[in-house]
Amino acid sequence: MMKRTLLIAAAVLGFSGAAFAAGETPVPPQQKWTFQGPFGTFDRAQLQRGFKVYREVCASCHGLSYVAFRNLAEPGGPEFSEAQVKALAAEYQINDGPNESGDMFQRPGRPADRFPSPFPNENAAAAANGGKAPPDLSLMAKARTYERGFPWFITDVFRQYSENGADYLVALMTGYQEPPAGFTVPEGGHYNHYYPGHVIAMPNPLSNGQVEYPKNEAGQPQAPETVEQYAKDVTAFLTWTAEPHLEARKRLGFQVMLFLLVLSGLLYFTKKKVWARVGGEVEGHATPPMTHNP
Amino acid sequence: MSAHPTTYVPKSAFGKWFESRLPIAGLVHSSFIAFPVPRNLTYFWTFGAILVFMLVSQIVTGVFLAMYYTPNAGLAFQSVEHIMRDVNYGWLIRYLHANGASMFFVAVYIHIFRNFYYGSYKAPREVLYILGVIIFLLMMATAFMGYVLPWGQMSFWGATVITNLFSAIPVVGDTIVSYLWGGYSVGNPTLNRFFSLHYLLPFMIAGVVALHIWALHVPGQNNPTGIPIKSGKDAVPFTPYATIKDIFAVVVFMLFFAYWVFYMPNYLGHADNYIPANPAVTPAHIVPEWYFLPFYAILRAIPDKLGGVIAMGAAIVIWCFMPWLDTSKVRSTAYRPLYKQFFWLFVVVCVILGWLGSRPAEGWYVIASQICTVYYFAHFLIVLPVLGFVERPLPLPNSILESVMGVQKGGAGVPAGANPEPHSKG
Repeated sequence: MMKRTLLIAAAVLGFSGAAFAAGETPVPPQQKWTFQGPFGTFDRAQLQRGFKVYREVCASCHGLSYVAFRNLAEPGGPEFSEAQVKALAAEYQINDGPNESGDMFQRPGRPADRFPSPFPNENAAAAANGGKAPPDLSLMAKARTYERGFPWFITDVFRQYSENGADYLVALMTGYQEPPAGFTVPEGGHYNHYYPGHVIAMPNPLSNGQVEYPKNEAGQPQAPETVEQYAKDVTAFLTWTAEPHLEARKRLGFQVMLFLLVLSGLLYFTKKKVWARVGGEVEGHATPPMTHNP
Repeated sequence: MSAHPTTYVPKSAFGKWFESRLPIAGLVHSSFIAFPVPRNLTYFWTFGAILVFMLVSQIVTGVFLAMYYTPNAGLAFQSVEHIMRDVNYGWLIRYLHANGASMFFVAVYIHIFRNFYYGSYKAPREVLYILGVIIFLLMMATAFMGYVLPWGQMSFWGATVITNLFSAIPVVGDTIVSYLWGGYSVGNPTLNRFFSLHYLLPFMIAGVVALHIWALHVPGQNNPTGIPIKSGKDAVPFTPYATIKDIFAVVVFMLFFAYWVFYMPNYLGHADNYIPANPAVTPAHIVPEWYFLPFYAILRAIPDKLGGVIAMGAAIVIWCFMPWLDTSKVRSTAYRPLYKQFFWLFVVVCVILGWLGSRPAEGWYVIASQICTVYYFAHFLIVLPVLGFVERPLPLPNSILESVMGVQKGGAGVPAGANPEPHSKG
């Protein structure tokens, strides 16, 4: 009881750390991601849709301050064209200065600028959002996780499960529902099935049909315009913002592993040949005589 | 290194001139070329070389990180993200360094438990062994301060919890803590001094490693039988036999290392450390890095703060007394059937302590931690001294060579004179 009270208090204050209340928070379902596994890559179209969701929904409250417009055109990301990025940047007004007369001024954004935050400072963000500033989303996919528990935390190493943050984010964005009977949601809070303690300050951000997706040749949206799909797309986008070199990392990783594997094979046979000079390698110790000499 | 008179003879005139003024080539020759190595060493004996590789790797990646990192409470987190995003291959250098710390501890724990199993700590290697314990303590301090530098939530709160432990020391505790902090709470001065010390300590480790290797070259290496080299046939020269084996083992270890760096780079860290440090918000669970967990469990098992700190410190300091607590005349656990069981029980207890350290300090976790802590100390204070008197060890082989021939089912063995290089030392 005490614990629940504390959790609710923390949630009302807007505390959003990766808190786990043992046995209280359900486990997020695992999604299928194109970027999982040793050869994973991002789905460009998905990242572009995810960016649209961020821009039209999340960006009104959440910053993306570690990401520059130019990043959107770099390889391994959404890979918008240079021209698209230039046009996009120009739509934003950036604070700059001081100029020669000592005044700060506003100018259109350039690809080298980082995304301007929706609020001038943290206090303003907090004041406009019930006392707690909405967190920056640049690193969100790496800054959240959920408890895996034994033995899954061991098997995760072998199946390379590192999408904990992404799975949690999808669960969170699709986890808004009516509170169960007897659960009182404090004022300014919202019930979320997957949020630790269930009371989250952020209201349900997504609704079906809210964001218009690009159309394919048949005139249909390239992906369903549903909360579920929006959540997945924006999460894929946030995974890229958190780990912009993910593709390069996995690609280089494969080359390094292959190189080391061949090198270790060659070294193994070299070692065998060297040791052959003294009659071959012998290791360890004899089984103690008592056990095999009657 | 001076224990074996060098057989090195410089060939060139310059070599002779230089050697008579600074005999460094002879030192290298006697330490890493002609040095006799027991011929039956297993791969558990390659972890010394692996640890040297890890130390060098950490220093090299660390020097590059320091070129871009900013040790300022307002800028540190941002500068790490700058490294991750904008610096060419910055993500690689940082992931190598962060995961390298874990790999360093994987290797050192295998090295330490190999030493426990084969009784390497016993006479005449006590000083060598105690130098190793000092290296381990320096590693812990370095790793802890390194984890603070990214200035994320777990950095900040980990630093707060651990530095606060020193306040438990009577009389001078609070003064020590304010010197650690450089103020009255963890803040910018703390980050500055931790960065400075984090850069200093690895070079102190390198110095103690040199002493550790020096002390190793006096009695020579222990081996799986625990009996010393008795004749030239028991040994092979370090180069090429141990060198090629060490290089092979280091490359295999690099494969293991690379797997984490390229595929699971954040698995061994904490998600909270991607949230910038915030003194106003405490994370739900403050958990240290995995390699500190057994000691953290011991700390929390004791309900009293000072008692917990003493127990945690004693858990490592007690290692220094092992050469005298262990009363058995036999080094290698291979010939100690009873101790073998206690050894593995001790390993299991350490692993359980590690798991308990990651759990919240509540309910039966606390009781389990207390039971394991009691057993941990009983292993050193009761099992080691008593077993030496009550255990009947198996008969030891007469020589390493005899034991090795046993391994080969009495077969080939080593043909007489097959070893082309004479050995100066038995």
